[in-house]
Amino acid sequence: MCDTCGCGHGDGVTIRKPGEKNNGEHNHEHIHTHSHDHDHKDKTHAHEHTHHHSHTHDHDHSHEHGVYTHTHDNDHHHHHEGHAHDHHHANHNHSHGKEIEVEQDILGKNNLLAERNRGYFEAKNILALNLVSSPGSGKTSLLERTIKDLGKEIKFYVIEGDQQTMNDANRIDKAGAPVVQINTGNGCHLDSDMVNKAVKELEVENNSVLMIENVGNLICPSLFDLGEAARVVIMSVTEGDDKPIKYPTMFQSSDICIINKTDLLPYVDFDMEKAKQYAMQVNHHLQFFELSIKTGEGMETWYEWLKEKIKEK
Amino acid sequence: MHELSIAMNIIEIAEENARREGASVISEIELEIGALSGVVLEALEFAMESAIKGTMLEKAEVKIDKIPAKAKCIECGKVFNTDDLYTPCPECSNPFSDIIQGKELKVKSLKVE
Repeated sequence: MCDTCGCGHGDGVTIRKPGEKNNGEHNHEHIHTHSHDHDHKDKTHAHEHTHHHSHTHDHDHSHEHGVYTHTHDNDHHHHHEGHAHDHHHANHNHSHGKEIEVEQDILGKNNLLAERNRGYFEAKNILALNLVSSPGSGKTSLLERTIKDLGKEIKFYVIEGDQQTMNDANRIDKAGAPVVQINTGNGCHLDSDMVNKAVKELEVENNSVLMIENVGNLICPSLFDLGEAARVVIMSVTEGDDKPIKYPTMFQSSDICIINKTDLLPYVDFDMEKAKQYAMQVNHHLQFFELSIKTGEGMETWYEWLKEKIKEK
Repeated sequence: MHELSIAMNIIEIAEENARREGASVISEIELEIGALSGVVLEALEFAMESAIKGTMLEKAEVKIDKIPAKAKCIECGKVFNTDDLYTPCPECSNPFSDIIQGKELKVKSLKVE
């Protein structure tokens, strides 16, 4: 609903496991196939039957909505038009309206649900991390490698966020971790409600690590707390060392900064110290990991941090 | 484009509060948006324009109070105005500071009928 942006209707959001069909339309599809089957078996009888079935169904649904509201609408319209005019005039002439002090955080609803998620994770001793970056910085690759390297000692679960496709969930599935894919449709970020629903699908065990890979976008996800224990921003050396001050809000809201693709440093104009200095100016609490997921260089320190963090919980 | 979802949240909060007062029309809404809140004001205004159609806020005047940002130097403690998240301290030039004001995203008040 509200927390899906760009599209205006949250029905665009789907949550699926690899191999599952789109969940929203299951019922409809079933009804359709049923009536088709009947049609083919016996012409006269089946026709009546199917008609019956679909009629009752269709009529129940669409007529109630369609006809009822229409008549209501019409009636109301006529009445209202007369009434409304009078009322409006009366209001304008005799009262000046009422002032309400609201003082409510616009993101309050998301934050409240994020806190509920956080409490659930804490109670079950689940370490939840929110991975954010631009598309192509290496979020999914980091997860694949981490799951392959540590999967024997740590139980990982993954929530994948993308606008479209099951591609990332399929990659994680192959790497060997239970995963659900959230497709946000036109939405540009995950919110705490989507994560809440995805966690229920995943049935995350106690004492595990939940990796939430956000939609590849360095702007929008920064405002939406998901209930994570730490936010991990990933950048890569091919992106330019001034990224932290170009997209400061994301770096400001993160706890960990991974700088990936260090194997490419000899080929690009990326000043590691400058990048870290920029990031520190935006957020001096950031902790850095320089690594190459491809070659494995520097991965060990990331793994140590992960293991420490799990112990802390 | 997270501004559209921000706009939808604003409308939800406003309508809930108005309904609680038995009102059906909101004639004015006042928002507080921090300069470093991560919301682009022009984008929010644009999103509000289309999102309020068909809601209690359709005819409402949308007032936005922009809250200027203030940072506090972690070295000398100086509080200074800033327009971004990375300006060094004007007193001691230390590059590291904490934002103490300017991250607000709030529905402040409504006028209802």
